[in-house]
Amino acid sequence: MFAAFAISPQALFGQLLLGLINGAFYALLSLGLAVIFGMLNIVNFAHGALYMMGAFCAYFLLNDAGLNYWWALVLAPLIMGVFGALIERLLLRRIAGLDHLYGLLLTFGMALVIQGLFQNYFGSSGLPYAMPSALSGGRNLGFMFLPNYRAWVVAFSLVVCFATWFMIENTRLGAYLRAATENPTLVRAFGINVPRMVTLTYAFGVGLAGLAGVLAAPINQVRPLMGADFIIVVFAVVVIGGMGSIMGSIVTGFLLGVVEGLTKVFYPEASNTVVFVIMAIVLLIKPAGLFGRTA
Amino acid sequence: VTISAPATATEAAEAAHSGRDAAIAFIVMTILFAAAPLVVYPFFVMQALCFALFACAFNLLIGYVGLLSFGHAMFLGAAGYLSAHAAKVWGLAPEFSILFGVAGSAVLGLVTGALAIRRQGIYFAMITLALSQMIYFFCVEAPFTHGEDGIQGVPQGAFLGFIPWSNPWALYYSVLAIFLFGFLVIYRAVNSPFGEILKAIRENEPRAISLGYRVDHYKLAAFVLSAALCGLAGGTKAIVAQNASLTDVHYSMSGEVVLMTLLGGMGTIYGPVVGALILVAMQNYLAQYGQWVTVIQGAIFVVCVLLFRRGIVGEIAHLFKRSL
Repeated sequence: MFAAFAISPQALFGQLLLGLINGAFYALLSLGLAVIFGMLNIVNFAHGALYMMGAFCAYFLLNDAGLNYWWALVLAPLIMGVFGALIERLLLRRIAGLDHLYGLLLTFGMALVIQGLFQNYFGSSGLPYAMPSALSGGRNLGFMFLPNYRAWVVAFSLVVCFATWFMIENTRLGAYLRAATENPTLVRAFGINVPRMVTLTYAFGVGLAGLAGVLAAPINQVRPLMGADFIIVVFAVVVIGGMGSIMGSIVTGFLLGVVEGLTKVFYPEASNTVVFVIMAIVLLIKPAGLFGRTA
Repeated sequence: VTISAPATATEAAEAAHSGRDAAIAFIVMTILFAAAPLVVYPFFVMQALCFALFACAFNLLIGYVGLLSFGHAMFLGAAGYLSAHAAKVWGLAPEFSILFGVAGSAVLGLVTGALAIRRQGIYFAMITLALSQMIYFFCVEAPFTHGEDGIQGVPQGAFLGFIPWSNPWALYYSVLAIFLFGFLVIYRAVNSPFGEILKAIRENEPRAISLGYRVDHYKLAAFVLSAALCGLAGGTKAIVAQNASLTDVHYSMSGEVVLMTLLGGMGTIYGPVVGALILVAMQNYLAQYGQWVTVIQGAIFVVCVLLFRRGIVGEIAHLFKRSL
C-alpha cells in the first residue's frame, strides 16, 4: 500500500497523529458548542475567539505570573469559565427567547470585538509558548517517532471528552441538565435553579474552549486569529455530526481530524476543503447529520 | 384616512397611500444618488452603491424569507473574479463580463442553496458559512484568480458598446442605473405574489407547507435570485474598481453584509442601502485606525442585537407607522 502511493509510513503516521490532534480540538470545541446549544439555543460564534483567549491566558500566566503549563491547564479554563459566566449574565441572558439568529449575530459581534482588541495589542503574528519540559522530547515506536506532547494532547482530550460525556449521561447533575434542555419550565417547577444552570453551562462550554486553547498553545503559536478560521471548520463538524448528541460530537470531531490528516498525505491540495466536502456529501445522504435526531 | 370609513375603503386608501409613499421614497433616493457625486468623491459612492445592492440582495433572504446566510461573500467574490477574468483575459465588453459573473453566481447559488435548504434555522447559517469557506480556499488555490495578488488592471471598455467607462461621469451613472435596476427587481419580487409566499414561509413555515406550497422550491428560487443579484453587485464592483481580490470572498465580507442589513433594518426595503452607506463611510474614514474598525463593527453588532433589532430604517418606519 505504501509503495503504491510512494508514501513513507513515517509521513503517514505523522499526519495521522496531527489529524488526531486537530480532531481532539474539533471534539473539545464542538462538544462545548453542543452543550451550549442544547441549553441556551445559541450557536456560540465566539467559541473560536474564546479558544484563542484560553491560549493567551496560558501565555499571560507564564510570562506575567510565572505560572507554568500545569497551572495554566487548571487556571485558564477556570478564568475563561468566569468570563463566560459574565458574558451569559450580562449579554446572552437579554436575548433569551428571541429567534436563534440573534444569538449567532450577538456572539459573532463579540468575536469581532475580542479578536479586534487582541489584534490591536498583539498584532497578527504568533507569540511562542514553550513546551512544558516534562513533555518535551519523544519516543521512537519503530514505525514512527511519537512526540510526547502530542501523545499527551490526544490522551488528555479523550479523557476530558469522555468525562464530560459521563457527567452528562450518567450523573444526577447531567440528568438535571438534560431535563432542563427538554423542558426548562417544568424543571424549574421542581425547584431546580435553571437560570443558574444556564450560566454554569455556558461557563462550562467556554471553559472547554479555554482548555483547548491551552493545549494548542505549545503546538500552534498563540495568535489573535488562531480561532477565527478554526471555528468555521468546527461548524462544519457540528453540521456533520448534528448537535443533538454528546457522543456524536466527540466521535465526529476525532473522525474528521483523522480524515483531514489522511487527506494531507494522499491529496494535500484538498486538505483545507475536505471537511466541507464531507459536509456537503452528508447533507445529500443524511441531511440530519450522522448523529442528528431532528433536522 | 377617516376612522369611520368602512374597512375596505380604509384599506384601499392605505394601499394608495403606501404606494404613493413608496414612489416618493424611491424618487428621493434616486435624486440623492444622482446628485451625490457633486459633493462626494464619485468612486466612493460607486463602491457604496455596489455594497448597497449586495446588502439588498442579502436582505431578500433574511428579511423576507427568514433565512440567515452567512456565506454571501462567495457570490460577491466569485462574480467579481469571473467578471474580471472575462473582461481581462477574454476581452469581453463590460455588460457581458458582468452578465457572466451574474450567471456564475446564480449557478453557484443553485448548488449551494440546494444543499443549505436541506437544514433549517441555525444550521442553514453554518452550512452557507462552511460552503463559502470552501469557495474561499478554492479561490486561494485556483490559478485563474492569481491567489494573493488577485486579478488586477481589469479593462473597463465601453458599456453597451457606446458608453465609455473611461469617462467618470458615464461610469457613475451606469453604475447608478445598474443599482436602481437591481433595487427595482428586489422591490418587485418582494411586492409580488411570490414575495407574499416568501413572507408566509418566514412567518410560519409549517403552515405554508400545509397550505400546499412547496416551500423548498420557493426558498431555492429566492436563494438563486439573491445570489444572482449579489453577482450583479460583485461583477459591477470588480469592473469599476478594476480588480478582484480575496477580500470579497472572505467570510468577514459575509459578516459585513449581515451587519449592513442588521444596522439599516432587516426586512425593510431601504434599510440595507442605509446600512451599506454607513459601513462604507465608516471603513473609509476609520481606515487609519487599523483593527479598531473590526472592534467597532463588532460593538455595533452587539448594540443592534441588544437594543436596536429593527435597525435604523426599521425604527423610523415604526415611528411613523409606514413601511419603508
